[in-house]
Amino acid sequence: MCLIARYLEARGIPTMVMGTALDIVKFGWPPRAVFMDFPLGHGGGPAFDPDQQLAIARQALVAFEGIQNPGEILPLAQTWPGGDAWKTATADQSAEDVRQPRDMTVRYQREEDRHLAEAAAGD
Amino acid sequence: MPVEYMRTIREKYSKLGYAPYGWHEATEAPPWTPLAKPLSDCRVGMLSTAGTYVAGQVAYFYKDDASHRVIPSDTPVENLRFSHLTENYLPDTRRDANCAFPIEPLLTLATEGVIGDVADNVFSCMGAVYSKRRVEEELAPAIHKAFVAEDVDVAYLVPL
Repeated sequence: MCLIARYLEARGIPTMVMGTALDIVKFGWPPRAVFMDFPLGHGGGPAFDPDQQLAIARQALVAFEGIQNPGEILPLAQTWPGGDAWKTATADQSAEDVRQPRDMTVRYQREEDRHLAEAAAGD
Repeated sequence: MPVEYMRTIREKYSKLGYAPYGWHEATEAPPWTPLAKPLSDCRVGMLSTAGTYVAGQVAYFYKDDASHRVIPSDTPVENLRFSHLTENYLPDTRRDANCAFPIEPLLTLATEGVIGDVADNVFSCMGAVYSKRRVEEELAPAIHKAFVAEDVDVAYLVPL
């Protein structure tokens, strides 16, 4: 994502990266980012918490006007519900990896999505 | 302490015999474009790299899929789907799309007047593209063109 952010910014579009992996964001050095110490996959916030999701989006958008230094990563005052227990699970090397093979097979979330897409392609 | 994702992911992939994901290290200071107008007048575009698609669209494949999907911003969230190489990060956003595709908060902030509006269409792609060349030569230019077509003033970027 950081490559895309830099590409867009260089062509005149201000960008904001919603960071949850601080080391990856630092490495990619985007023009503007916010950081939340959340598990990956939660740049919008925790599930089914519209109040916190809204607070996050509000703070991140306001940061478009707040961040003045290129490359700044602004930590948001947001805490993950349930504390830091998720970090132990993330660091567990024995956790099963559920990756599918890296190939050209299209992977639908639901089988019905495949039928819908094929029907749409047939129109 | 934040999680050391790069070390953890490298170790895990190595143990499983996967090729390492090569994050691109930026060595030069980032480019900079100041806002051209107040945030409250800005049209906001969004890109999520969570592999989002709408039921009825073609999903993603997991080997360097550099395509993107154009998603109407008024799509009901229950019609949003996700397919991404690292499926272990998807369970929550498959239950509540706003975790990695936070369209509802953006629409609310437009209603409140915090931002001007949300682009008619927002975008997603499957972020796990191992080829830096394909990101720079295919994906990034396509996303740029798509944002220009939506006439966005700023881009809200949500990595998986």
